[in-house]
Amino acid sequence: MGLTAKERMAIERHSMAEQPPGFRNRNFEEVPFGYTPEEAVAEAQRCLSCKNRSCVSGCPVEVSIPEFIALVTEKRFTEAAQLIKTKNVLPAVCGRVCPQETQCEEVCLRGKKDKTQAVAIGNLERFVADYERENNLIEVPEIKDKNGFKVAVIGSGPSGLTVAGDLIKLGYEVTIYEAFHRGGGVLVYGIPEFRLPKKIVEAEISSLEDLGVKILYNSVVGRLYKVDDLFNILGFNAVYIGVGAGLPIFLDIPGKNLNGVFSANEYLTRSNLMKSYLFPKYRTPMIIGTRVGVLGGGNVAMDSARTAIRLGAEKVTIVYRRAREQMPARAAEVHHADEEGIEFRLLSSPVEIYGNEEGWVTGMKCQRYELGEPDESGRRRPVPIKDSFFEFDCDQVLVSIGGQANPLITKTTPDMKTNKWGYIEVDDWGRTSKKFVYAGGDIVTGAATVISAMGAGRRATKAIHEDLMKQSDETFTPDWW
Amino acid sequence: MYELIEKSEIFNVHKMVIKAPEIANFLKPGQFVIIMGSEYSERIPITVSDWNTDTGTITLYVLELGISTLELARMKVGDSLYAVTGPLGTPSEIRRYGTVALGGGCYGIGGIYPIAKACKDAGNKVISIIEARYNSMFYDEKELHSVSDRVLYATSDGSRGKKGKVEDVIKEMLEEGAKIDQAFFMGCTQMLERCSEATRPFAIPTKVALNSIMLDGTGMCGACRVTVGGETKFACVDGPEFDGHKVDWKQLNQRKSAYTEQETLAYQSLSHECLAEKKLRGEL
Repeated sequence: MGLTAKERMAIERHSMAEQPPGFRNRNFEEVPFGYTPEEAVAEAQRCLSCKNRSCVSGCPVEVSIPEFIALVTEKRFTEAAQLIKTKNVLPAVCGRVCPQETQCEEVCLRGKKDKTQAVAIGNLERFVADYERENNLIEVPEIKDKNGFKVAVIGSGPSGLTVAGDLIKLGYEVTIYEAFHRGGGVLVYGIPEFRLPKKIVEAEISSLEDLGVKILYNSVVGRLYKVDDLFNILGFNAVYIGVGAGLPIFLDIPGKNLNGVFSANEYLTRSNLMKSYLFPKYRTPMIIGTRVGVLGGGNVAMDSARTAIRLGAEKVTIVYRRAREQMPARAAEVHHADEEGIEFRLLSSPVEIYGNEEGWVTGMKCQRYELGEPDESGRRRPVPIKDSFFEFDCDQVLVSIGGQANPLITKTTPDMKTNKWGYIEVDDWGRTSKKFVYAGGDIVTGAATVISAMGAGRRATKAIHEDLMKQSDETFTPDWW
Repeated sequence: MYELIEKSEIFNVHKMVIKAPEIANFLKPGQFVIIMGSEYSERIPITVSDWNTDTGTITLYVLELGISTLELARMKVGDSLYAVTGPLGTPSEIRRYGTVALGGGCYGIGGIYPIAKACKDAGNKVISIIEARYNSMFYDEKELHSVSDRVLYATSDGSRGKKGKVEDVIKEMLEEGAKIDQAFFMGCTQMLERCSEATRPFAIPTKVALNSIMLDGTGMCGACRVTVGGETKFACVDGPEFDGHKVDWKQLNQRKSAYTEQETLAYQSLSHECLAEKKLRGEL
C-alpha cells in the first residue's frame, strides 16, 4: 500500500522456506513451509497491478489475480481467498500443484526480463487458502434456492469437484459417484503427501459436503449404474463424466511383467491412497526397492522417484528418452528431485528388463538416444544411437510413460462418441454427443494438469446450467460467468 | 452401510453375508467385489457366491490367509465393513454349451454356485466337482445340489468321494469318455493350473477364475496383470475368467507371491500387538 512502482520493482521475489533436501528425502512431510503473513504481504507488494492483467488470461479458470493480490497487501487474507474461490473452488490445491510458471506467472510483467522474478502468484494463492482454512475462517458461500434439477458427477477428481462446487451454488442437487473409498481422485491416489497434504483435500471435500454435495463412495459407474441408469432409474437431469484417464501403459519390452515392475499408478496408489508408507499400521504392503529405475519424464515420474527415495531406496534413477529441457515435468519438480539425490539418465530408453529365476527384477538394459529433427509436437525427436547400449542393476522399475482411456464408461454408453484413442469427444463447453451428458478432464484430453481439468469442469458447468435452464426458458443466458 | 448380517466359519473359510442392496441389484455370475474391513485394510477382491435382491445382501466366502482377511474374520454380526465396491469384472459367459463341468476348491466351493445356477438356467447339464482335505470341510453343498445334475466329491483323505482332487475326478471322467463341452474352475492358483492341465489333452474349453493381486479393480493400476496367450491382460477388467490353457501360470504364481514377506511381517505384528493389548484389557 502506498508504494510507488519503483519501490515495488525493487522488491525481490520471496521464495518459500522448505525442508532441506537431505532431510526431506526421508520423510513424507510437505516440502515447502509456505509464506508467513509478512512474507505474503511483501510478495504481494511486488505486483504492479498493471492494466493488461495478462496473468488473468494466463489462468485456465481466470482467477482475478491482481485483485486478490491487492487484498493481500492490505492483509485482507480471508477476503482474498474468498475472491479466488468465486473462480477456483480448490485454491489450496492449485496453489501447490498448478504449473504457474507456464500459466499466470509466465506472462507476469515482473518476469518479462527475468522469468524467475515473476510475482509468486501460486505461493500467494496457497498462502491465503491455507490462512483461511487453518484459522477456521471458511465461510459458506451464498447458495441459490434449489431449482429442482439433479446432476450426477462421475469421479471426484479436480474436474468433478469443480462441477459439483459450482452447480451446488447455482441451486442444483449434486451427487458425486466415486469408485474409490476416498474422494479426490488423482489428488489422493496420485499426488504424494509431500506435494499435497491429504488433509487439504479432505478439507476441500468436506466443505463441499457442507454445501450439500452428496458423495457416494465405492461406486463404479459402468459396473453398478450405467450412464443411462442415472437418467432412467435415478432421475438425474444431467451427467458429468470426469473419471480421469485410467489405464496405465507398460513398455512392450521383455521383462515388463516381472515382480518389481510397477505402473506409477499402482506404486503411487499404494503409497498415497492406501498409505503403505505407514505399513503395517495401514495394511497394504509395499516392497521397498534398493535401486529403483523410473521410466518417464513427467510430473508422475518425479512423484514416483521422490516417493521411492522417501520409502528408503538407496539410489533412484530416472530414465528419459529426451533431453532435460524437454521433460514435461514442472521445472520446480525436476529441481526438487535433483536436490533430493535422484539420478537422471537422459536421452536413454530401456530395451529390456532383466529378471532372476524367481521372477524378480535384477537390472535394466537401455539404449542411448540423440536429438534429431523436430517432430509434430515441435520437440526434437529422440533417435536411438546404434549399438550404444548400457546396463545398470536395479530391483524395481516404475513405469510412468502415460496412459490410455479407461473404457469402463464409454463401453457401457455406446451412443456417446469417442475418438480413435477412446477419449470422449466434446464441444468447447464439454458437451458430449449424448444429450445432457458432459465430460471433462483427462478422459477427454488424455493426461493433463489439475487446473486444466478444473477449467474443463467450469466450462461444462456453464453448459449444464444453460442447457437445463433453456428447457423451460429458451432465452436463458447464464449471468454468473 | 455394508453391515455384516450373517457370519459363520468352515475351517478358515468365513461365510459373510453383507448388506449391499445396490451391488446385489447389478451382480452377474462370475463377478467379484473389493472389500475393506476398516480404513486401514487392504483392498481385497472376493468372488461373490450369492446375492439376494429382496434382502439386499451379498454372500462372500473369505479365506483367512493374511492380516486383512484375519481382520475380516474377526468381525462380528452387526459390524459394518468400511468399503464394498462392485460389482467388478466381466461376468461369466453363460450360454447353452451342452454339458458344463464346474470345479471348486476352498472359497470356490461356494464361488461356483452362481455360475452353476446360471448354466443350469440356460439349459445346460451341470456337473459340479468340489474338493477339500476331508469331508467335514465341505459347506453349503445343498445349494450346489439344487442347481447341479450331479455333484462329485474329492477329498485328500478319501473320506468322501474320490481320494484326490478335482483334477483327478475330471481326468477320470474324460478318460472314461465323458462328454464335457465347457469347464469352469475356481479356487487357488495351484488348483486352477492343475485342472487346466487335466483338461488340456482332451481339448476341453476351460475357463479359470483368476484371483490376482488388485488395488482399484477398474483397470487403473495394472497390479493384476497376467499374460494370457502371450498378451498382457488385466484380471480386474478383462477377467477374472480366462482360458486356462493359455495362462502363463509360472508368472502368475510369481506375481501372486510378491508380497509374502511383507504379509508375514504384518501378520506377526498384528498377532503380537493384539495379544498384548488383549491381555491388558483382560480379554485373554
